[in-house]
Amino acid sequence: MRYTFLLYSDASMAAHMTEEDWAESKKVFGEYIGALQEAGVFIDTDWLHPAETATTITLAGGEKRVQDGPFAETKETLGGFFAINVENLDEALAWAEKCPAVHYGKVEIRASAMDSV
Amino acid sequence: MSGPDAQARAEHVARAAYGKLVAMLSSRSGDIIAAEDALADAFVAALKTWPERGIPDKPEAWLLTVAKNRRTDQARRDARLVITDKANDMADAHAIEPEDAQLDERLKLLFVCAHPAIDEGIRTPMMLQTVLGLEAEQIAKAFLVSPKAMAQRLVRAKKKIKSAGIPFVIPEPEAYQDRMSAVLEAVYGAFAVDWLEGDGDLSHEAYFLANILAELAPDNPEALGLTALIGFIEARRGARIENGVLVPVPEQNVGLWDSQLIEHSVSILTQASLRRAPKSMPGRFQLEAAIQSVHAARSVTGQTDWRALSQLYLGLVRAYPSIGSAVSRAAVVAEDAGPAEGLKMLEVIDYDGLENYQPFHAVRAHCLGALGRIADAAEAYATAISLCTDRPSQRWLEKKVGDLRKKMS
Repeated sequence: MRYTFLLYSDASMAAHMTEEDWAESKKVFGEYIGALQEAGVFIDTDWLHPAETATTITLAGGEKRVQDGPFAETKETLGGFFAINVENLDEALAWAEKCPAVHYGKVEIRASAMDSV
Repeated sequence: MSGPDAQARAEHVARAAYGKLVAMLSSRSGDIIAAEDALADAFVAALKTWPERGIPDKPEAWLLTVAKNRRTDQARRDARLVITDKANDMADAHAIEPEDAQLDERLKLLFVCAHPAIDEGIRTPMMLQTVLGLEAEQIAKAFLVSPKAMAQRLVRAKKKIKSAGIPFVIPEPEAYQDRMSAVLEAVYGAFAVDWLEGDGDLSHEAYFLANILAELAPDNPEALGLTALIGFIEARRGARIENGVLVPVPEQNVGLWDSQLIEHSVSILTQASLRRAPKSMPGRFQLEAAIQSVHAARSVTGQTDWRALSQLYLGLVRAYPSIGSAVSRAAVVAEDAGPAEGLKMLEVIDYDGLENYQPFHAVRAHCLGALGRIADAAEAYATAISLCTDRPSQRWLEKKVGDLRKKMS
């Protein structure tokens, strides 16, 4: 079963991060990706520019609207994701618990609906 | 056996086997809703076929096979679904799995319902429905919510189990300790619902499951506590109702109690206390079992130790406050320290829904009657009777009103 981890955090915290903090963050995420790959469960990941740089587009309502910024203004925003392939929610939870993002933000786990439709 | 007999038998098998069959049908696919639908179809087929052709030798196996076939048909019709367990279906379509396999499936389903990814408030109701076969309406009543809201929440939770991929497994010991309390709660709930008005199937089932859980988690003192608690109450089965009228525990004929089961429960409760961490408080089920053990001691000592009960209830209301324990404590205090003290204690109970809580009015009526306030007592009994939902308790309350009238004249 394919699971996606959505990594939410308060992006304003990044403003206080030093060079060393960034290097450390890169290192722990790198190690995490390595562990996922080694276990053969890694599918994909990305780290996104902050939500305030987002552009949102919709045709809902019949008319094209392009908006500067994320679709919803929230304190904690989507900062990245992981897609992994494991058997069930318990395995997904065990991997999510090891994700470095759990220490400063929240990781939302969603199962892929592609298998069930 | 045919006609109404076959119908009654089908209904009996349906109730008794519901949880086992749902567990066996859903464990591979994770789809509880589909399992329940298939089972409902199988019950309809049984009600149609059995009265004509007689009841099969193994009615549970018959139901399982029909339900599995229905589900496979449904899956074939529904092109969106991929059947992954077809081979297994064929392999075991002829015979029901051995008893321990069924049991495993049921335990797995209990732990699935208690998974931390499931909303806490719906865990116990879902276990009561899927594993123990209670109707959504009964559960809604017990949890004080509307049947419609309860049904919606149950469906939502079952969909999540399937779509989020919660595995049907018995978790590792460190993970199931967290889930154990919800499981124990549901098992006790099923026992309590069946105790006064049911046919005993569900309460026997609950006692059986409590024993299994205690074996599964021998280091969990609460699992032992629940087993002891149900054992003590179960031991009084033959004495609890006389000619359709409820007999309160202190007035029951101890000769009708199952002394072996009482002894067994005492030893289970002792084991629970030995497993507890030093200086830690006993959990809710251990305290309630201790209360029942005091009642049980009357079969040896010939009297009820109201002081001991009063102290145990004090511990219970402090550590695990509930409307039930608060009212029971007042009833015990009324015996230990007199009806005036009991009445005082009732007056300070502060819970939502107290006005509609039948035992509150029954205990109050008892205290008032004992204090000679006959008119007030009669009024309180009338309120209690109007709130009563089971016949044995209602007849008992009516008898108390009769006693009151005799007192007056």
